Amino acid sequence: MSVNVVDGIQVYNTVQKVIEKHGTHSEELVPILLDVNASLGYIPAEAVNLISQATKIPASTIESVASFYSMLSTKPRGKHVIKFCENAPCHVMGGYKVWRALLEAIGIEEGQTSADGKWTLATTSCLGACGVGPVMLVDDDLYGNVTAEQVPEILSRYK
Amino acid sequence: MSRIRSLVLISNDPLSINRGAVEIYNRMKAEVQRLGLADEVEISMIKDTGRHDIAPLVIVYPEAVVYGPVTPNDVPLLVEEHLLKGRIAMGLQAPQRELSGRIAWISARKGTLPAEQRIVLKNVGLIDPYNIEDYILQDGYQALATVLTEKTPNEVIDIIKKSGLQGRGGAGFPTGMKWEFVSKANGKPKYVVCNADESEPGTFKDRVILEGDPHSIIEAMTIAAYAVGASVGYIYIRGEYKLAQERVGIAIQQAKEYGFLGENIFGKDFNFEIHVHSGAGAYICGEETALIESIEGKRGEPRSRPPYPTTHGLWGKPTLVNNVETLANIPPILRNGADWYRRFGTPSSPGTKVYTILGNVNITGMIEVPMGITLREVISIFAGGMREGVTLKLAQTGGSSGSIIPASLQDTPMDFESYRRAGVSLGSGALLICDENTCVVDLARVLLNFFRRESCGKCTPCRVGTIRALEILNKIADGMGTMKDIEDLEEITPKMVQLSNCGLGTTAGVPIEGMLKHFRAEVEAHIKLKVCPTGVCPMDGSLTKHSEIVRRLIAV
Repeated sequence: MSVNVVDGIQVYNTVQKVIEKHGTHSEELVPILLDVNASLGYIPAEAVNLISQATKIPASTIESVASFYSMLSTKPRGKHVIKFCENAPCHVMGGYKVWRALLEAIGIEEGQTSADGKWTLATTSCLGACGVGPVMLVDDDLYGNVTAEQVPEILSRYK
Repeated sequence: MSRIRSLVLISNDPLSINRGAVEIYNRMKAEVQRLGLADEVEISMIKDTGRHDIAPLVIVYPEAVVYGPVTPNDVPLLVEEHLLKGRIAMGLQAPQRELSGRIAWISARKGTLPAEQRIVLKNVGLIDPYNIEDYILQDGYQALATVLTEKTPNEVIDIIKKSGLQGRGGAGFPTGMKWEFVSKANGKPKYVVCNADESEPGTFKDRVILEGDPHSIIEAMTIAAYAVGASVGYIYIRGEYKLAQERVGIAIQQAKEYGFLGENIFGKDFNFEIHVHSGAGAYICGEETALIESIEGKRGEPRSRPPYPTTHGLWGKPTLVNNVETLANIPPILRNGADWYRRFGTPSSPGTKVYTILGNVNITGMIEVPMGITLREVISIFAGGMREGVTLKLAQTGGSSGSIIPASLQDTPMDFESYRRAGVSLGSGALLICDENTCVVDLARVLLNFFRRESCGKCTPCRVGTIRALEILNKIADGMGTMKDIEDLEEITPKMVQLSNCGLGTTAGVPIEGMLKHFRAEVEAHIKLKVCPTGVCPMDGSLTKHSEIVRRLIAV
């Protein structure tokens, strides 16, 4: 299995649906990109062109917006995206050890996607759950008070 | 003296006597006698309790319940409920928020924790955030009704100004003044924006308010819109807060159905609508002009100021941008008045502050306490003390807008003014409590990495300064630092502070300044002795990935 690259028809249908929902006002650009990203896993170049045609916003502008925000990706990502909080509150509570355990368990570096397309590993800024640090997010599931020992068990929940 | 079950104290300062304290005493005696409790209950008059507005007070021990103001006619109910049946006589209790000083302390001691002052968090956890009627039952939308039917916009602004409310997002700008600027600005339409892009590391107060009491923000924004003459509002909620977005969305729908939003609200010639706008993962969008850019569908890069958003904000129109916690203070202030609000906190910083407590303490979590409480009090009372066997080394008061607070400042009152005088900043209310096992170089490194990552890259002092500073800190933590590095840090830091375009760059230097000011010896130990005193830093060259950072930069 390799990283899932979506085909043109799927991109077209998704963009049509999202534009229908939000309209074409420039204010809706970020919501449109968020929805496309959520449906396709990332924002392919074709999607940028289609959004540009619909909204009359230059493709270069859309590209610059899509690459600015950390929740938007212009590259294909793995099936599951792990976001690990690297901020001070989690760090002070032993986050660095958990991070080492994650690197070891998956065997890739920060920002990379594993060869089998299963995992993308990223660090993130504060997730707003600092009372239970260290915190990590796998897809939409938030894990708090994570210890290095728990990492393999948490990862094994994802197929 | 025989053993008694309950002790009843009745205030007998002149005002209490004037309001019937002696009669209360006599009726209490008679009532207790009648029910055959005379042996078990002792009743005494006490002197001045320090609070006159809720006199006469009746305090019942051992529960330490404070009742007030009590009238002689309340006595039978009080005696029957509390002294006979042993339960608190509901409805007679003095409102917690009305208490202060010694009496508040007494009232507070009935639980395991001293009382918080919950103004902003009053409803959180007690009402169903999906049900507007729960909020209405807690006086919800009452402030809006009063404002729309009885007050002019200028009167509203005057009340907010008198209350002394300051922005709770970190900068502490007087809220009433901001409202006045927008109200006086020319241009239509005007906008009200609620800044809920809470990305400050360690802070999650806004999330809790939005998730637990979404209607309070809708009410506050509607009041603000009326005061400044706006017709459209946006709540910009960071993308990671999915639940908050959902709940606020539902709350807006319900408010519309009940006529609190939409056209001709309360039958007045006043229309207001609110849109929820999701962020997409960018710390910088918490900066008000970057947030406005983001709503407009652009990269979240801060604008040059002036002009300020109060005159040239969203789509170039006058825009009021307020933090969630600031707005949550608005309905209570308008319900109870500016004088009521000024009773809390310190004269220069009235009101309460929501803090998130994190780090090496026994209890982490969130509290709302009056402005002016000290760090020592927070740690020893609310956080249950430091974890066993460790002592306080420093506290860090929130991502970018805060500072490193050494243990020597733990008795400084936490309010905007006192902290400003001490040369530190309160920030957004995150209190990261660090013990002696925390290395200050390591902490500064993590903070600087955050700033490097979140710098939008628009202006050079911030974009390059954060990277350079991080490289130097990495070098020091790797055991390869020189004394020249400290000089370099001292040169870079003020430049970032003075020359950066927005708050991110200006505060990126703050952790370094704090580190060099309070913990210089520890930094020099890393350099001169090649030792990390706490054993946290690797000191083996493994961190020095300058080239990698630079490579990543070029790649991006």
